[in-house]
Amino acid sequence: MKQLLSGNEAVARGAWEAGVAVASAYPGTPSTEILENFARFPNVYAEWAPNEKVAVDAAVGAAYAGRRALAAMKHVGVNVAADSIFYASMTGLEAGLVIISADDPSMHSSQNEQDNRRYAKFARLPCLEPSDSQEAKNLVAAALDLSEQFDTPVFLRLTTRLCHSSTPVELGEQRPGPPAYEKFPRNPAKYVMVPNNARKKHPVIEARLRRLAEFAEAFPYNRIEWGARNLGIATCGVAYQYAREVFPDASILRLGMTYPLPAKLVHEFAAGVERLIVIEELDPFLEEEIKLMGVECEGKSIFPTCGEFNPRVVRESAIEAGLLPKSAHVPLAEVEDMPEVPPRPPVLCPGCPHRSVFYVLHKHKVPVTGDIGCYTLGLLPPLSAIHTCGCMGAGIGVAHGAAKAGIGERMVAVIGDSTFFHTGMPALANVAYNQSNVITIILDNRTTAMTGHQQNPGTGHTLQMQETPPLELEPLVRALGIKRVKTVRAYDVKAVDETLKEFLKADGPSVLIVRDECALLPSARKKWLPLKVIADKCNGCTMCLRIGCPAILKSDELDEKTQRPKALIDPLLCTGCGICAQVCPRDAILAKPKG
Amino acid sequence: MTKSYNFLLAGVGGQGTILASNVLAEVALVAGFDVKKSEVHGMAQRGGSVNTHVRWDAERVYSPLIGLGEADFLLAFEEAEALRYAEYLRPGGVAVVNEHTIKPITVTSGGAHYPTEEELRTVYDQSTDLLYMVPGTDIAQELGNARAANVVLLGALSIFLDVPVETWLQVIKARVPPKYVVVNRQAFLKGRQAANRQRPPSHTSPPGTVRRPA
Repeated sequence: MKQLLSGNEAVARGAWEAGVAVASAYPGTPSTEILENFARFPNVYAEWAPNEKVAVDAAVGAAYAGRRALAAMKHVGVNVAADSIFYASMTGLEAGLVIISADDPSMHSSQNEQDNRRYAKFARLPCLEPSDSQEAKNLVAAALDLSEQFDTPVFLRLTTRLCHSSTPVELGEQRPGPPAYEKFPRNPAKYVMVPNNARKKHPVIEARLRRLAEFAEAFPYNRIEWGARNLGIATCGVAYQYAREVFPDASILRLGMTYPLPAKLVHEFAAGVERLIVIEELDPFLEEEIKLMGVECEGKSIFPTCGEFNPRVVRESAIEAGLLPKSAHVPLAEVEDMPEVPPRPPVLCPGCPHRSVFYVLHKHKVPVTGDIGCYTLGLLPPLSAIHTCGCMGAGIGVAHGAAKAGIGERMVAVIGDSTFFHTGMPALANVAYNQSNVITIILDNRTTAMTGHQQNPGTGHTLQMQETPPLELEPLVRALGIKRVKTVRAYDVKAVDETLKEFLKADGPSVLIVRDECALLPSARKKWLPLKVIADKCNGCTMCLRIGCPAILKSDELDEKTQRPKALIDPLLCTGCGICAQVCPRDAILAKPKG
Repeated sequence: MTKSYNFLLAGVGGQGTILASNVLAEVALVAGFDVKKSEVHGMAQRGGSVNTHVRWDAERVYSPLIGLGEADFLLAFEEAEALRYAEYLRPGGVAVVNEHTIKPITVTSGGAHYPTEEELRTVYDQSTDLLYMVPGTDIAQELGNARAANVVLLGALSIFLDVPVETWLQVIKARVPPKYVVVNRQAFLKGRQAANRQRPPSHTSPPGTVRRPA
């Protein structure tokens, strides 16, 4: 019987069935589960790399050594890895190499919605795009074959909807890949990209692209589904599913390889239909490629560039453009007096060790450059203590630049442990080297929390749960050249506050390492012990509510004098971290004894 | 006539919305339907809003997502979440709502207003004639595990679907940890009872839907 697999599970399964032996990645939504699932198969090597560039280099090295390999990342991770992807396109490899980019239309969990098909074209790589889990599994194997046949890395482009939807998949047997070479290849003309070798290689790459375009004509995942001839739809990825659902009778050109495109097939399709439209999420990538062939088509004049599609988006856009009659409109129930639904945004969890830092930063009213992780949520009220967040590792550099520009305030950068290892270290080296007055706070919660608790170089464990020497932050920071370094417990509000005050008074670069493990880690959960408000002592002053903890509520009981509601702690949510007890001016919250 | 069902499941992080959608999707597969399930939860951590889309079709499911006004069933584990996703329900669709409220932090420590019972009912009543309010959390608590509320609601939903009870129980057994199998079995059966008690005589057959013309 078939099994329901998410797109990510199917990619992992496909990689294992096709004999991938080495996989490397940095966690990032929506791609994270690819490596987590792949790591569970027998006789494979899977790792978390400190960042996406390192992951791609590791996969390239394995492919140079003769073994099938993959690197996986979210779309913005490709920006980090781009340098490596471009040289790998030039060198080619010995065994199949797949680079997986998981794009995020609608930015469910990202800072932009860049369309990474452009990277495939930019780096002269073939790009494959599945439209369901079965195709995702199949295309991994196809990508590896293609990689070996054309001596090129292959780009597999997924989207959030593909990654996080489950559809039935027929499982197959594993066919083991080639073993590693005995000796590493000595082939400088191929693998040493000095200018003289690179100049000779460039025409080879251009010729490879032409051969790939020829191959695409007969690639079985590029196919025409002929239907009514009045409308033809060129589409790819999950957009195929919406196209098929909204236009059950139309002719469809379904492209499993979206770069390079099969020109003859496109011309044949265009000639066979009266009107050609393109349904694709994000950029007009297919549309531009088709227009470059001299074929007329419509795409983004009908369907949106921004945001994820669904059947309604496609149907309503089509009705607007006259492709469907007004009667195709799906009516909604008419609701009067719809009350405002209270937002339920992601928030720092009860017991989050980052809370004390943002409480203190908010109190001192300092400008804070943030970074990517759970702690970005420190921007939300009532903490409201993050003022920039651009991409992984940006915060320290931005604080440095603002300081060097002569800004009139003391700059503070906050960054998580995993993000610091990812791209924070070079930026901190710059702060030390060029001596800016930046205070860097490393929020060390002993895990990569936002993406679901992945291991990182600081945790002492690998992805496959082997013990390994943990990378220690304090010696590392000192080695980068920072002289003023202090480590404090995150749950000790006073220590965080006083150290920050001390650093604000001192001149020159400083690093404050704030450590306590993420409250949701299994080892932390064992220590949960909910606190209680002593109602007689509480006068409803709301100090505890200003730390933004979801476990603290307003009770129905009013204080007699102030007529304000007293605080109440939800015992099902409270972990007993004690931050509220420390900020309470009346000792009205009973804290557990600290171990 | 093609038998197809669109389900929109909505809850709060930690309520078991994902587990419920996994069971619902797996049951379809065992019962011989084509099926797709999609999780839409972005950055939701503990306490965030979580929703999933599950689609069954006797022939073939294309889109993994349901559009507004296209859900045959809304299964809500929390009352404000039912309100948030009410627009997904098609006219004539069935809403199965857990009688349970969880106030978000925007209400407890911000200025946002949590809808009153009356406001909630007004919207539910305009969204569907087929509203099933199920005290899922209370039933689960009586059985000794409040977290089984999600399976109580699946039990309530199951009365509308043409799938043997044994299939549901078999999938639930495979999906929950061994020590919770008994409580979840009871939860499922209690949920069925609760929905059957509310079922009006006019609402007899499962609302199998015809695929909409384009």
